[in-house]
Amino acid sequence: MRSVVEELKQEYGERLRAEPGYPDQLVVSVAIDDVPAVAATLREWHGARLVTVFAEDRVAPEGAFYNYYVFERAGDPCYLVVRGRIPAEDPRFPSLASTLPAVNWEEREIQDWFGIEAEGHPNPRRVALHDHWPDVHPLRKDFSLNTVLPPFEGERHVYRPTLGEGVFQIPVGPVHAGIIEPGHFNFAVAGEPILYLQLRMFYKHKGIEKLFEGMPAARGVYLAESVSGDSAFSHGTGFCQAVEKASGLEVPFRAQVMRTILLELERIYNHVADIGAIAMDVGFVIANAHAARVREMLLALNEELTGSRLLRGMVCIGGVRRDWAGGPGKALGQTLETVEREFRDLVQLIQSSDSTRDRLERTGILRPEKAAALGIVGVGGRASGVDRDVRRDHPYAAYGNLTWRIPVYSEGDVQRRMQVRIDEVRESFGMIRDAAANLPAGEHRTPARPMEPGRCALSAVEGWRGEILYWLRAGAAGRLERCKVKDPSLNNWPALVEAVEGNIIADFPAINKSFNLSYSGTDR
Amino acid sequence: MFQILNKTVRTGTVTVAYPKRAAQVPENARGAPEFDFGQWRDARPATEACPTGAITVVDAGLARSVTVDYGRCIFCGECAAVTPEGAVRMTPKFELAARGRQDLVVAAEYALRADLTHHELIRAGRVDEAGPRLEREIHRVLGRSLAIREVDAGSCNGCELEINALNAPRYDIERFGIHFVASPRHADMLLVTGPVTRNMELALRKTYDATPDPKLVVAVGACGISGGLFGTNYATRGGVDQVLPVDVYIPGCPPRPEALLYGILLAVGRLGA
Repeated sequence: MRSVVEELKQEYGERLRAEPGYPDQLVVSVAIDDVPAVAATLREWHGARLVTVFAEDRVAPEGAFYNYYVFERAGDPCYLVVRGRIPAEDPRFPSLASTLPAVNWEEREIQDWFGIEAEGHPNPRRVALHDHWPDVHPLRKDFSLNTVLPPFEGERHVYRPTLGEGVFQIPVGPVHAGIIEPGHFNFAVAGEPILYLQLRMFYKHKGIEKLFEGMPAARGVYLAESVSGDSAFSHGTGFCQAVEKASGLEVPFRAQVMRTILLELERIYNHVADIGAIAMDVGFVIANAHAARVREMLLALNEELTGSRLLRGMVCIGGVRRDWAGGPGKALGQTLETVEREFRDLVQLIQSSDSTRDRLERTGILRPEKAAALGIVGVGGRASGVDRDVRRDHPYAAYGNLTWRIPVYSEGDVQRRMQVRIDEVRESFGMIRDAAANLPAGEHRTPARPMEPGRCALSAVEGWRGEILYWLRAGAAGRLERCKVKDPSLNNWPALVEAVEGNIIADFPAINKSFNLSYSGTDR
Repeated sequence: MFQILNKTVRTGTVTVAYPKRAAQVPENARGAPEFDFGQWRDARPATEACPTGAITVVDAGLARSVTVDYGRCIFCGECAAVTPEGAVRMTPKFELAARGRQDLVVAAEYALRADLTHHELIRAGRVDEAGPRLEREIHRVLGRSLAIREVDAGSCNGCELEINALNAPRYDIERFGIHFVASPRHADMLLVTGPVTRNMELALRKTYDATPDPKLVVAVGACGISGGLFGTNYATRGGVDQVLPVDVYIPGCPPRPEALLYGILLAVGRLGA
């Protein structure tokens, strides 16, 4: 990325300024109107991918808002953050969404949260705030967290009408039939096949990014763990890494290895549950019972290792809170052995069922070109030819010392999304063994120290769903000035819309489960 | 088919005997913190460290009242970590569900020294102890059948993972004649996780209205009880009882499956009372 920045400097001269960053995170700032051209150069000439877009209110200290565009490119562990200045008196930015559908929701979020207009956006309607919210912009600094909004009136969201003979509309949610999170799905169907699906998310919006502001960093760990409860350890680690970066803290290698083991345990317990749930959604209930049983073994192991079944309260700034005296011990080795055997049986059971395979193959196809255009990450991406994995592309914790295979398929159906999970669980077994066998002696935690006020840092983690990003700016006295959270689900909801088209409605549960996106992580 | 049967037979029974027999919880599991109020010399560091404000201190001259609210506690253990004399201790205890919100609050009063540390414990009140055996109640009142509709009113999904585990073979809630149903119209109980977001408030009310009487509402987890880490803000209303009448509160972050089971059984016992 360093050479890319040099080239950009030559092209833009004084209009582009290098800002303080890190060896693996370069930052440049430009005027907001230069962003489309810079983004085009980066994408077309340097093969870069726009990872995420978000904004920050710096009106009080600097008289401006900023948009941040995070880029990465294959084979380069360094991120490039392009910072675009938006004068407070003219709050607008040129939208990239018409050429880059991946940022569709993120740009609209900026409109909603900050009241900065995304000029030229193909669908500039609200996304994060429901239509009946008053005209407020909660992430502006002059909006107080505890503002009491009046009761909402009017339509929550106006859906595209469903017209035509024999065409029906099926509204589902926000309260669903199963024990799952709330969101609204509006299906247009012609008989059994789905014509199109419209989503209405953000039912679970809890003001998380606003809550971070002013919070002491140590407390922020718990909030990060609660962004998406099934990814508590990944989100917690993502947050801690950002704080550690901003305070120049070196995490002991022992802690890095412990984090790696726990990150993989989180991946396994969720993947195993999903594999069972996908089988159940096509009627293979007994497979799910076995999967749930295996998951229980893993949750018991989590509790043994961290005190929490869902790996909460373990990661902390500077390492982990609880050491494993004398190594991860017998619990890890024994459970892993049993789980590995049980997992082999489970996969065999599912694969021996022709009717299950029949329902999963060629169901809910997400074509690779669509996946690339929509910026799909994680399991959903890898099943559709997107060869990306933060663990390899931007190594963190102890992943630099491990080797594993990243499964990538191009068929993009439910079967392949399940297969990616099966392959990843198998790889994780090996990674955990490797890491546990080489667990170094030493400290499990180093004392935190305050972040330098004003310092910014970015951190990425490959959660079991995919790429989790944290970006923060340090405030005074070890508090957070701003903390941006990006869960992989935000990228991936449009993939679900794409994948269900033309499928029968009875296959929707399996298709939805094959992505298994986090509503809470999306809505924050 | 043979393979499926073979696997089933080889697996055998995996369901736990809780609550007939005590739950098997590892010694080092993080459950509720326990407070030895007599030993506790200074509550202020724990107050500082608590991420959810579950521990509060109010001083009036040389008198201090300390309250611990298990309805806010996320079992993180920060209070125990900053309290040197071992007066705060993490335990694996999880049977905390209570019928009244106040039953989750413990209060202690101290006389203070000049340096504002505790001089003497004047009095301390405890969380209500668990109810009696409950299975008989459930059978009598609901004819061995309780139908639960789960409503996620804004949780992080952690509570849902544990609620789902109740349906798994290890906990198998159906052995009590309890099952989760797809519609509130079929339900006797709403099991609600929170915090209740502004965007879910209407849906939660409508779900409640669609549930036939008599009905029970159980608030799950620190967020469902009090708003937890999220509290009350522009986007959330806080705990479930800010929107609906709540019959039983189940603390935890999230409550483990046995804790949920305990709370659900406690709730059903109340119908006959």
